[in-house]
Amino acid sequence: MTASLPAAHLAHLNVATLRYPLGDPRMAPFVERLNPVNAAADAAPGFVWRLVEEGAADATGLRPAGENVIVTLSVWETQEALWDFTYRSGHLEAMRRRREWFARHVEAHLVLWWVPVGHLPTVDEALERLADLRAHGPSPRAFTFASSFTADEAARHLQAAPPTRAAALN
Amino acid sequence: MEEIDAIAALQDPVRRRLYEYVAAQGREVGRNEAAEAAGVARTLAAHHLDRLAEAGLLETGSRRLSGRSGPGAGRPAKVYTRARAEVSVSLPARDYRTAAELLAEAAEQAGLDAGLWAAARRRGEALRGPAAPCGGLEEAMEALAARGYEPHLEGAEEATGAPGAPARVVRMRNCPFHAVAARFPPLVCGMNLALLEGLFGTEGPVRARMDPRPGECCVVVESSKNNDD
Repeated sequence: MTASLPAAHLAHLNVATLRYPLGDPRMAPFVERLNPVNAAADAAPGFVWRLVEEGAADATGLRPAGENVIVTLSVWETQEALWDFTYRSGHLEAMRRRREWFARHVEAHLVLWWVPVGHLPTVDEALERLADLRAHGPSPRAFTFASSFTADEAARHLQAAPPTRAAALN
Repeated sequence: MEEIDAIAALQDPVRRRLYEYVAAQGREVGRNEAAEAAGVARTLAAHHLDRLAEAGLLETGSRRLSGRSGPGAGRPAKVYTRARAEVSVSLPARDYRTAAELLAEAAEQAGLDAGLWAAARRRGEALRGPAAPCGGLEEAMEALAARGYEPHLEGAEEATGAPGAPARVVRMRNCPFHAVAARFPPLVCGMNLALLEGLFGTEGPVRARMDPRPGECCVVVESSKNNDD
């Protein structure tokens, strides 16, 4: 038996570059979906938390990654829970039409990482993970659905190389 | 076990009936139920079910069928579900999966969704040929079953015509594009929808629409009269 590792939740950041301002009629089908899809997320199995702008229903007004870039930052109990909501709920139909509303990203636009249960990630922390993924590729501290790591792998990785992570990866 | 041995395990007709029954249920099946469905004795069914599990075609679990727990609840019963892993054999060896994944990756990176979906819609139309679109859900289910979707009717019992009764929809247990869909869901699920829209037409008596659920195909097929979503 190994010492039990602290329980972890999965944090998720997505950035999307708007093709038109949110007030543009071409964005209306997306904007109409915001409330129902966010409500579905809040009610989804395994949902823990999502970033919301103070006094607003969502985070679309926050533009920490650029004036025309909207961010989604959320926390889930497991990777499966996030996957099922993202791709196995009404959210998929919005994903399917993403090209109508968002510019194509050359770089990674989604990053996943493990956080201790109870920790709510900040936007800065999330953007740093995305920068890590873009600079170094998937690792236990910043990964994607297609190249994921377990919470145990992330904890071991952190124990092995906390300060010089970038050097250890290269 | 080699994949070809897994397929060879289905040569036995009883085993094949048991496998097909368990796969079609989409839930855990006990030995008694499977034996009854295949028309064989329980001990024979148990033997063959375990052989299917050894071959990697079924997964096993245990469940207290009585719903009780603790002392006196009895031993948990062995239950079977279809294994999630895919088994395929191609002679001579072919690797269409790698080709599909590479093409999907390139399409995703280049943002070719619209072009892929147009091709899928044309393919669906070509599969239908000059025939009129499916006349109803039963016919649609046959077409879907022939393409490996494992369709089943949902809301069948409730749909007695009473107002407010849930409309019948055809859901599908199997995604024929599973491995690529799991890697590029919006792209490949969109392709799947376009293919089925081509197959059923968008003006016909039945229509396909996206309504994904965990563990199932992303599309449902319904009667076009139910324009109530």
